[in-house]
Amino acid sequence: MATQNTRKLARAMLTPSVVILFVWMIVPLVLTLWYSFQSYNLLNPVNNGWAGFSNYYYFLTDPSFTEAFVNTLVLTISVLAITVIGGIFLALLLDQHIVGQGIVRILVISPFFIMPTVAALVWKNMLMDPNYGIFAWLATRLGFAPIAWLQDYPLFSIILIVAWQWLPFATLIIFTALQSLDEERKEAASMDGAGAINLFFYIVLPHLARAITVVILIETIFLLGVFAEILVTTGGGPGFASTNIAYLVYHQALLDYDVGGASAGGVVAVILANIVAFFLVRIVGKNLDA
Amino acid sequence: MARAVSPRRKWSFTVLAWIVALLLFFPILWTILTSFKTEGDAILFPPAFLPPHWTLENFVEVQDRSNYFKHFFNSVVISIGSTLLGLVITVPAAWSMAFSPTKRTKDILMWMLSTKMMPAVGVLVPIYLIFKSLNLLDSLFGLTIILMLINLPIMVWMLYTYFREIPVDILEASRMDGAVLWKEIVYVLLPMAIPGIASTMLLNIILAWNEAFWTLNLTAANAAPLTAFIASYSSPEGLFWAKLSAASTLAIAPILVIGWFSQKQLVRGMTFGAVK
Repeated sequence: MATQNTRKLARAMLTPSVVILFVWMIVPLVLTLWYSFQSYNLLNPVNNGWAGFSNYYYFLTDPSFTEAFVNTLVLTISVLAITVIGGIFLALLLDQHIVGQGIVRILVISPFFIMPTVAALVWKNMLMDPNYGIFAWLATRLGFAPIAWLQDYPLFSIILIVAWQWLPFATLIIFTALQSLDEERKEAASMDGAGAINLFFYIVLPHLARAITVVILIETIFLLGVFAEILVTTGGGPGFASTNIAYLVYHQALLDYDVGGASAGGVVAVILANIVAFFLVRIVGKNLDA
Repeated sequence: MARAVSPRRKWSFTVLAWIVALLLFFPILWTILTSFKTEGDAILFPPAFLPPHWTLENFVEVQDRSNYFKHFFNSVVISIGSTLLGLVITVPAAWSMAFSPTKRTKDILMWMLSTKMMPAVGVLVPIYLIFKSLNLLDSLFGLTIILMLINLPIMVWMLYTYFREIPVDILEASRMDGAVLWKEIVYVLLPMAIPGIASTMLLNIILAWNEAFWTLNLTAANAAPLTAFIASYSSPEGLFWAKLSAASTLAIAPILVIGWFSQKQLVRGMTFGAVK
């Protein structure tokens, strides 16, 4: 069926996407690399020139980098843990015979559609505000002193906000996978005398493996780049307590106007993401062989 | 589904599920309720659940003070614009890979997926400088292009998984009947491809509407979409909760409704077809 002509046509149809994506990948990346070896500050245009590895040296040896690196890991792994474990429980719950399941599902999925700046500001003000927020009110009702969440536990607060946004996503994906699990297989297993716990670990969880892998992949892509939530709540502070690598690079670029330093940071971020991607894409690629 | 469920079990799970769902939904509900309160009622302590004095004033003031609908319009333009532009580029690509796959098709798809792993901060500096020198900073056109680019891989993937399900045999049949290529496409394939394209559009509009890295970094007063406009409420002097809530309610409402209707497509699109 594939004649010479259709093959040519097929290639012509594919080319624009590939070329555009390739250019979008390569040109900025090469420029970032180039700038990362330049001393180039928008505020100090005179002092330009080749900088060697000094941008990298300053970026990597600055204590803020270590802190941001650790924060990135903590943020990503915590949110992954909360959303995957919570998502499994919620999906199992939604899979029961419950009244009004459709509406419950809509309520659960909704936070995923809230834009990051709205989510973060609503949590920061109306929920977490130590004077008038809902959490402060709950704390006083329970006899505790209200907590200044974003001042005292900035990273934890951001983890809560981001987990709230992504828990629905994990739930929805895992729930969808759960629904394709054969009811008969579950029944057969329970007739063989398998208890609920065994049923979960030997039948349900293996069935969900693929969905969970995908959830981890997709969430990691987005979680490594969490930005708006930090920008509008803590601004990365106090100090660098809630700064992740994405925010650190932004800070150097658009607040300090240090093009060279920010580019070095950008390259470091790309390398770190690629290490993660190397493993993740491999796993997903294997899973997608269908 | 035929399993007999004891009513007790059913009702206890129902209650539990509703409690969890309402807790998760609460911040949204609270935002909507607060948008109808006066500023004074918004910061009552203990909080008043329902607005003691219902008012629409916040919506009016948000518009009067900051030309809200300009930003709303910006969001509409960039999310629909980037989606349509993206479709023009990705539909042929996905079509080609689904119907004339080669040995390299899978590699190309994996490569496209891997480009999504590139962190935005890795290219923030050059994009910012390029935009600056081309006068594209704070322009709807520039932002539309960027949003199209970042969602390109997801669009190709999603369309590909839909197109691949169209049975190719049907082509052979129509060819037997003597249909020419363009007729084949218009009368046979296109009707079967429409649902996939529509789903891809919806998901892409959602993603573009909520995108909050490039929209925040590349816009100022002029082209700021809602994500960036709402961010301006983070300054301490902007802490008017009722107005923040009004602005937020309008910003999330359209996407919330679209999202509710496209849960299935969302699962498929966001998992690159791996979970259906």
